[in-house]
Amino acid sequence: MAEWVEACAVDDVDEEDVIRFDHGDCSFAIYRSPDDEFFATDGFCTHEKTHLADGLVMDDIIECPKHNGRFNYKTGQAKGAPVCVNLKTYPVKVDAGKVMIEIG
Amino acid sequence: MTTMANKRDYSLVGESTRRAIEIGLASAEWYHTDVVRKTMKELMQRSDGPAIRDTIIWIAAILGSAAGIVWFWGTWWVVPFLLVYGVLYGSSSDSRWHECGHGTAFRTRWMNDVVYHIASFMLMRNPVQWRWSHARHHTDTIIVGRDAEIAVMRPPDLLKAALAFTGILDFRYSLPTLVRQAFGRLSDDEKSYIPEMEQRKAVASARWHMIVYVATIAAAIALKSWIPLVLIGLPRLYGTWHMVTTGLLQHIGLADNVIDHRLNTRTVYMNPISRFIYWNMNYHVEHHMFPMVPYHALPKLHELIKHDLPVPNPSMWHAYREVWPVLIRQLKYEDFYLKRELPPTAKPYRGEFHDLEITAAAAE
Repeated sequence: MAEWVEACAVDDVDEEDVIRFDHGDCSFAIYRSPDDEFFATDGFCTHEKTHLADGLVMDDIIECPKHNGRFNYKTGQAKGAPVCVNLKTYPVKVDAGKVMIEIG
Repeated sequence: MTTMANKRDYSLVGESTRRAIEIGLASAEWYHTDVVRKTMKELMQRSDGPAIRDTIIWIAAILGSAAGIVWFWGTWWVVPFLLVYGVLYGSSSDSRWHECGHGTAFRTRWMNDVVYHIASFMLMRNPVQWRWSHARHHTDTIIVGRDAEIAVMRPPDLLKAALAFTGILDFRYSLPTLVRQAFGRLSDDEKSYIPEMEQRKAVASARWHMIVYVATIAAAIALKSWIPLVLIGLPRLYGTWHMVTTGLLQHIGLADNVIDHRLNTRTVYMNPISRFIYWNMNYHVEHHMFPMVPYHALPKLHELIKHDLPVPNPSMWHAYREVWPVLIRQLKYEDFYLKRELPPTAKPYRGEFHDLEITAAAAE
């Protein structure tokens, strides 16, 4: 059953940056784009188990800190070797200064 | 270090592989020096400027020295041009291949890709295969049975290491490998790290490389001249020495089967010319710890985290003098390695896999 979960406050994430959010056994990455929109994906790279929150956000791309694999964090699309499997994305909404993601 | 009771098996599908996976050395979580996120973000920032400047200099120097070779061919004046061209083609291409493979040299992706493919060709490296082998090298740095890029295996073959400076062994490996791959055959080791969906691309790349080599040989025959081959292909022999001189120092003589880059990787201070050729990869501990940081920001990163790293070797000569007795010792006792002391300001080496055994092996 899907549920909306509070991930962080809006101010916790800088523009064009990402933070990690752990919930239960899962880890997520919460992004704030240069045009001030929020997005969420799985927290680990699909290539190897590395936290994307340690990576670099450039425009709509998140680059994994371990092997520099790139994803479009808005769509989850893998952008080429060494990442071949798309990243799972989650619906996000901002409510009263809180970033909520829909999990389930 | 996890002391190996048995001889090391460097294949990627053998006993060492099985053991590395079993004890958690494969795809492990490695030690990182703490750097605040804001600072790390600044260091990771991409920029086209430095790499465009360096690439213009690089291409101009390649074309200029190539013109010198053609112009002075048949006289002794050709020698300095061969020296320069050879090093630019056969050595500096390695660092361009490396940085552009990581995608950190330029901010613009296609620029990284173009230079990556050109440099791969110069090195006789299959660009698809080597992208994946290098990813594995960063996941499992000097983990025996996992890392496809261990340059000097144990016990060290010193004759082989010496011949590496001539490029002969690399040439003998690289060219037949490309030919085999061009015929559609990948080895079991290659298949172990190239995903199935990428294997066709690896074969196609090898075929493109072979087409250029065949065309070069045809040009040499048609022109009845060695010049095409001296300019394309053979620099992999006569210009490799600088790549080997700098590259061997990255990990040689240090620990294997550890998950702390401070134990298995070396930073060496180098002269500005070598640093240009090598694109600052002399800051190698820093690079392995934070592969997202572009080559031009590595000196800054080094200043920031050197309190947590072993003191760098002050020169290449110093590093080779330090490593030579270690190699000699490894001939009889392959578990021996150089354990580099940390400064008092550093966090201690982590002990999950190697603390007790590392002390014992290094002390013997």
